This record gives sequence, C-alpha cells and structure tokens, in this order.
Amino acid sequence: MNILSVTVNLVIMMLGAALVISCIRLFRGPTLPDRVVALDLVATLVVGLIAAYAIATNQSVFLIDAIVLTVIAFLGTVAFAYYIGKGGLP
Amino acid sequence: MTSLILRTATLYMQPILLMFSVFLLLRGHNEPGGGFTGGLVGAAAFSLYAFAYGVLESRRKLRADPHTLIGCGLLVAVGSATIAPLMGRPFMTGAWWEMHLPGFGAVHLGTPMFFDIGVYLVVIGVTLLIIYSMAEEE
Repeated sequence: MNILSVTVNLVIMMLGAALVISCIRLFRGPTLPDRVVALDLVATLVVGLIAAYAIATNQSVFLIDAIVLTVIAFLGTVAFAYYIGKGGLP
Repeated sequence: MTSLILRTATLYMQPILLMFSVFLLLRGHNEPGGGFTGGLVGAAAFSLYAFAYGVLESRRKLRADPHTLIGCGLLVAVGSATIAPLMGRPFMTGAWWEMHLPGFGAVHLGTPMFFDIGVYLVVIGVTLLIIYSMAEEE
C-alpha cells in the first residue's frame, strides 16, 4: 500500500463528505441563491472526485469528462445568476 | 445582463470552447467523445455568448439559422449511411479510406466520421433552437 493510493482514498472520502454536506445545503437552503451556490459547489466537488478517480484508476480519459462538466456547470451557474438578476422566484 | 467580467471572459472562452468541441468530435472514434458531446460543448459556447451579449448577437455570430443546421446535419448523417449500399454492402456499413496527407502521414477517413459530423450539427442546432426560443420568450 503506497502513499499515493492512501492519499487518493483519503481525498475521495473527504470529497464525498463535502458532497453530502453541500447536498444538505442544496435541499434545505432557505433562499434560491443558497441553492444555486450549493449546486455550483456540488458540480465542483464532482469534478474533484472525477480527477481523484482518474488518479486512482490511472486513466487519463476521465479528465475530459471533468472539463466538460466544468463547462456545463459554469453555464448553469451563469443561467441561474441571469434568472435571479431578472427577479426570479426567491 | 451587462456584466463586464462575463463579457470579457466570453470573448476568450468562446473560441476555446469551440476548439474543444471540434477536438471532442474528432477524437470520437478511438477514445471517448464524439458528435453528441462535441455538439453539446459547441452549443454551450454559443449559449454563453447569448447570455453575455444577448440572443440577437449570438444568432448573428452563429450566421446560420438553427433549423438550417438541423437539416444539414440530418442530410450529412443520412448521406454517410447511404454510401455503403452504393458499394453493394448493407445500409450504414462503415467504409474507410486511407489518405496520405503531407506532414500527417496516413489519415483514416470513413463514413462513421461523416455520421458523427451530422450528429454534431444536429445537436448544435437542436440545443441552440431550444435555448434561443426560451430566451426570446420573455
């Protein structure tokens, strides 16, 4: 058991815990901006998970998915900001 | 929305996103990727432009109507499928040619690539049609 696999497992566990916490914020968030920020955080954490998984399995192919997910998440956040800026539902 | 940060970032992001979409399209045969993913990223580039500069500017940047893109994509995809029957093989059989380009070596060119290009155009057209009509609804 080398240090890299220990580190990667630790990182995946911590990212998973962060994912659970931000999902709680996503479901409970009192206002819409809270939920939007939580959704953005979830997407970023999933990107981190994909990167850690790519290291764990030694497959660089997964990194392309991470890039695509970043683009889509960014667009979603911009669209939500546009919606809130126009005075959408709270 | 008149955010200077978004507008300036869009100017640099849009060409990179379009380049990335073509990269995804072209690597689709031997590795993950392909027409659908590439088309989605390409549509993301134009919808980002629509968010930053407005739908009208984005339509002008696209130059072609989304309907035209859908039609051309379907035509290319069906056209690539009908090449095989002309050569006496079942419909949609992949046919490959080998081309020698100076500087690149052997390049494999086949009907699956044209089918992927058709899918790419259809996905861009459909996604942009949905996004533009939703944004213009207000």
